[in-house]
This record gives sequence, C-alpha cells and structure tokens, in this order.
Amino acid sequence: MGTLADALRNAVGLIVSLDADLIEYAGRSLYIALVSTCLASMAAVPIGILLAERAFRGKRIVVTVLNTLLGVPTVVVGLLVYSFISRQGPLSALGMLFTVPGIITGEVLLILPLITALTLTAVARLDRDVRRTALSLGANEAQALWAVFRESRFGILAAIIAAYGRVVGEVGIATILGGNAAGFTRTLTTAIVLNVEMGYFERALALGLVLLGLSFTLNIAFQLLQGGGRGQ
Amino acid sequence: MSVLHMKGVCRRYVESRTGKIIEALRMETLSVEKGEIVVAVGANGSGKTTLLEVLAFLDAPSEGKVLLDGVDIWAEGRDLSARRRCPILLQKTVLFSGSVIKNVTFGLRVRGLERDETESRAWQALELVGMADLAHRRSHELSGGEQRRVALARILALDAPVLLLDEPTAGLDHDSRAVMMKLIPELNRARGTTIILATHDRGEMEPLAHKVLCLEDGVVV
Repeated sequence: MGTLADALRNAVGLIVSLDADLIEYAGRSLYIALVSTCLASMAAVPIGILLAERAFRGKRIVVTVLNTLLGVPTVVVGLLVYSFISRQGPLSALGMLFTVPGIITGEVLLILPLITALTLTAVARLDRDVRRTALSLGANEAQALWAVFRESRFGILAAIIAAYGRVVGEVGIATILGGNAAGFTRTLTTAIVLNVEMGYFERALALGLVLLGLSFTLNIAFQLLQGGGRGQ
Repeated sequence: MSVLHMKGVCRRYVESRTGKIIEALRMETLSVEKGEIVVAVGANGSGKTTLLEVLAFLDAPSEGKVLLDGVDIWAEGRDLSARRRCPILLQKTVLFSGSVIKNVTFGLRVRGLERDETESRAWQALELVGMADLAHRRSHELSGGEQRRVALARILALDAPVLLLDEPTAGLDHDSRAVMMKLIPELNRARGTTIILATHDRGEMEPLAHKVLCLEDGVVV
C-alpha cells in the first residue's frame, strides 16, 4: 500500500510540475485519438445510417461481419496495417511506418467497424417512420437522411465517445505502427508500458493518471454536449 | 382531367420472414378529380394504407401507372415534385425532436422557402388546428391527440393541392377528433383541396365523401 501511496504522491507531483515529457505524450495521445475518431466518424456514420436505412440482399451478412470485426484484437489490426506499410509492403512508398499518420491509419481501421455498428444500432432503434415522414413532407433523399441523422444524434454521439475511449487507451497499434520512438511516436500508453518495463512505476502511474484524466475530461465534455442537446 | 389517376396498379411486397410475395393492392383504374373528397374504407390489412402511400408517391407501384395531372410520375422520374404536391398524413404520427413550430416548418424548409414565409405559414396552420398556443412546446411534451394535430398542421402549412390522410381521427380524443372533422370539409371548400383519406370507421367519414372506395384484400369491392 505504501508503495502505491508514494507512487500516487509522486505522480501528482509530476502532473502539477507539468513535466515536459508528460505534456508531449499526452498531447500526442490526444491528437491521435481526436484525429482518428474524426476521420473514422466521417466515414462510419454515413455508412451506419445507410446500412440501417437500406434493405439489400446480403445485409445480414454485412452486419454479421461488422459485429465480428468489433472483437478483432488491436495487435491484429496493427499487424495487418504493418504488412501494408512496412518496407516489404505494397504501400511502403508512403513512408508511414513508425509515424503518427501510420498510427492514425491503424486506429481508424480499428474503430471504423465500432462506430458503424453502433450508429447502425442507434438508427435502427429509431422509429423507422422518421425517414418516411420526412419524405412524405417533401424532403429529398439527402434531406430525409439528414433528418434521420438529427433524430439519432445522441446515439451516434455515444458511438463516437466509445470509439474515442477505445483509441485513447490503445497500445497494440501504437506500438507496432509507431515504434514508441521518443520525441516522434511515443504516446501515453506506450510510455506507460516502457516505464513499467524499466521499473519506473511512479512515472508509469503518473502517465496512467493523465490518461484517465484525458479520457474522463473528454467524456464529460461529450456528456455535457449530449445533455445540452437532449431537450431540443 | 383527373388530378390523380391509377391504371393497372399492383403493389407487391416480399414478406421478410417467409420470403413470400404478398399482393397488397390491385387497382385496375382509379380517377380522383380536382376538389374531390375520396374516402377509402376497409378493415385492417385491406390495402388502404398501401393505396394512400402509392398515391402519395412514397411507394412505387410494382406494376402499372400513377399519373398526376396526366404525367406518369415514376416513368418520368418526378417523384420528388409529386411528393411535394401530394403530402400525406401517415397513419403513425412521428414528430421530429424540437419545438412544435420547428416541426411545422419542416416541409417548408426542405422546399427552400424564406424564413419569414415559413414562419407565417406555420403559424396559420397551427391556428387552423388550434395549436398556436403550444407553438414553442417541445414535441415530446405533447399528448397523442396534440401530436396528431401538429402532424396535420405540418401538411396544411404546405398548402398542397392534394392531401392524403391515413386514419386521420384514429386514437384522437373528442376535441381533436372534432377539430379534424371540421377541418376536412372546410379545407376542401375554402381551398379546393383534393382530399383522399383512409379510415376503418365508415360511418364517420362517409358523409364527407364525394366518392367512397371499399377495399378488401387489396381490391375495390
């Protein structure tokens, strides 16, 4: 217990003193999480809405595949992207291995099915007559889909929050595709693993606390956003 | 010339559970003249809703033609403009989140009308259904009858030449039902609106009708 208490005290000290490394890792983690979540959302939300709204042959198979992808381990996604962007891979010319864009690519692929599946669920749970009502009032297809989006926005926001949470605490992809290079690709999670391996438990704990704080703050912000809009 | 004309229309569905093909509507011919009130009556599952949704251009017929002012709408690919001329009060009331006035302006906003005009037309429609007092109330705070009246105001604001009303009085309280029963003939007289409505309550609506269609298993009997 004493070790943990000391570690916590030192961790708070590191945070309060705004340790330069800590700020760097936190900033990079936040950047990767936000950019990945935004990019994935831009593709996954429309796909989720269309999947929920459209009936087509093989839809059940698509949904099953999507749900299966939710359980894919992050290291597998990391390895898959690695095989494409490594020196022997077909996309090696892009020079993305061990870079932040490389990590973002992996994270986007990781959360794409998550946001799509949760958006699909949020929209499917919504009254199916929303789209028909919009169409019956003279909306074109795009306007009707926009109405569906607006009505399911809280469910979609929850999907985005879940995806952000998954990325910000992710370590497998960040390690494989980022290489944990100090000053370039080290994130909070990869730094935590490194510090534990090196025996710097207090430092690892401090980083862990910051990670928790980042996740907590963004979640609170999202919750406020949801709460503020619920009455509208 | 008829406002709406159906020729050899058939609407089939594939039942999702069994994969069986269901013929929900077969209408050899139907003409609706300008300014008419047409009442479709029949039991549940008789094809009334399908008929109205095909006439509202929400659903394309599986075969046959639906003409609006002589134009074969589906063949010409003009279903959006047809839908804008024939709005329908769907059987199930769905209000969008937000205020009552925002709901009533929806159809006007998607048509790209100016804000001043959308607001004034929405207020007029709310006055007509006796809901102007609740214009700024959130839609989810309304009772079922009030929601139905807002849904009616939403299509009245469009000032369309044809209105389709699917079970307009179903589930309404006495006051809301009275508003609806007063409005339908008034609209028809004052604006010359062609009204096609579906009901299972034959006695209630038949006195308003210029033409009555009795439906059974998707065909007129």
